[in-house]
Amino acid sequence: MTVRLSAEENSFVRGDQGAAAGMAMRIVTEMAELMGADRLVQISSAHIDGCLYHGDSGVEFAERLVADGGRVLVPTSLNVGALDLLHPKVVRADDHRREMARRLMEAYVKLGCRPTWTCAPYQAGHRPGLGDQIAWGESNAVAFANSVLGARTNRYGDFFDICCALVSRAPYTGLHVAGNRHATVLVDTSSLPLALRRSDVLYPVLGSWLGATVGDLIAVIDGLPPDTTEDQLKALGAAASSTGAVGMFHVAGVTPEAPDVATALGGLPPTQAFRLTASVLRDTLDRLSTTESQLVDAVAVGSPHFSMAEFSELERLAGNQTFRVPCYVCTSRNVQADLASQGRLANLEALGIIVVVDTCIVVTPILPADGGVLMTNSGKFAHYTPANTGYEVVYGSLADCVASALTGRVTRDESMWS
Amino acid sequence: MERALQGRLLLSGEAAGPVLKLAAPISFWGGVDPETGKISDPRHPNHGMCIEGSVLVVPLTVGSSSSSAVMLELLRNGKTPAALLLGNTDAILLLGVIVARELGYPTVPVVQLTSTQLAAVPDGVEVRITSDGRVVWPG
Repeated sequence: MTVRLSAEENSFVRGDQGAAAGMAMRIVTEMAELMGADRLVQISSAHIDGCLYHGDSGVEFAERLVADGGRVLVPTSLNVGALDLLHPKVVRADDHRREMARRLMEAYVKLGCRPTWTCAPYQAGHRPGLGDQIAWGESNAVAFANSVLGARTNRYGDFFDICCALVSRAPYTGLHVAGNRHATVLVDTSSLPLALRRSDVLYPVLGSWLGATVGDLIAVIDGLPPDTTEDQLKALGAAASSTGAVGMFHVAGVTPEAPDVATALGGLPPTQAFRLTASVLRDTLDRLSTTESQLVDAVAVGSPHFSMAEFSELERLAGNQTFRVPCYVCTSRNVQADLASQGRLANLEALGIIVVVDTCIVVTPILPADGGVLMTNSGKFAHYTPANTGYEVVYGSLADCVASALTGRVTRDESMWS
Repeated sequence: MERALQGRLLLSGEAAGPVLKLAAPISFWGGVDPETGKISDPRHPNHGMCIEGSVLVVPLTVGSSSSSAVMLELLRNGKTPAALLLGNTDAILLLGVIVARELGYPTVPVVQLTSTQLAAVPDGVEVRITSDGRVVWPG
């Protein structure tokens, strides 16, 4: 299939809009061809996952775009970097890594991106609407944008997101096309105990199961409460896009393109159907932890970045007790500013909470170097912590994490799983 | 005698190496060390194996969208597989190779095969990738 370009798109290819836009349009067009698109689609928003330092190659790419006059053409937010720019001492890094990470972050700002530095841009003021065509990177952000906001993007990798932003186009294929957004898999959760379905602890586990089971297929999940919260959906999508390639899911009666199961399935019968039981999910729950240690060395929450509502719940659970082990809460500078303006930040820090912004504990060295056991309520942290930090990991609810942080011993309420 | 499969050539080149079939899907970010090419996720069944020089079979790219950045860094560090055999054309791994070409780094051939073809490629056997997208091995 050959991609048909408009006159304006061809002018990008020729370099009429500058060398950076020319390279970006070449890359977008080539990927469109390989992905089987026959044209490009205009986008209105981008979210960039390329600003996290993985090595000098990413810096070379971004600085080439800056040197060649690149400038984003749509509102563009930035995902986390490898530094906490507001609390520089939080991150342990040698001089080279620190310097290159900073150069990378600066390069993306020079391209016109907003320095949001968050993996939850949708909770930091960047919320595309239902049906909007967008190009987003970061696996959880993609899942949230498609599923919860009803905006349309494929799972775009680092570098492709910025190329799309520089030419305000994406390949018109995959989840950009309305007819490709229906579910083919049905997941019935109505056999799970209602208390479990209402609990935050379910959602990362359900997401981990979903990603490992459906890969890149779209599922509609039936039987979840109609008041399932945005943070629960955030946790579900983040876990599903860690264990799988889930770019979109539906929750019947909750997410915008799934008023009911039949609509989400596009009127067709599902090709696969699952009836979930607590014992099936129990296996997934067990696999989220890698140790049976009874001692906890640190607690980390906030992947995706903690919201204001999650901070309120943390404050309620913690009361005025003081944590015995370090407790890292990763969030956006946007949420931190809201906390500070409400006079809540100092209280959190007095409890022993370490607020991390612009980055998080699995993407850059923050946890103490001597290793140990990390407890988290995040499916995504549970998935990536062993490989990226060397820590063993224990998964539990936010209440479990707080209880464990107060004593330094693993405390988990497992009554809901039986 | 030779056996051969005709794939869809996504990015051209010629290569040879032993086939490495992963026993589970992988996220290159959080799954492959960009400095050594070793599989770093302790939960992955191929944990500790090195992808450098292999003809790597990837039926599905899961997990992080930063896997394209890890692919680019592997190419820069010379720790890359000799070739990639993909089950789908995602905008993640493939993109890392396209960006490498734009930056003038060495690249590797990428061929798409159907799931039936991927299953027919024998694990551990030395194969050649031809410039027209065939996967060839003695048989």
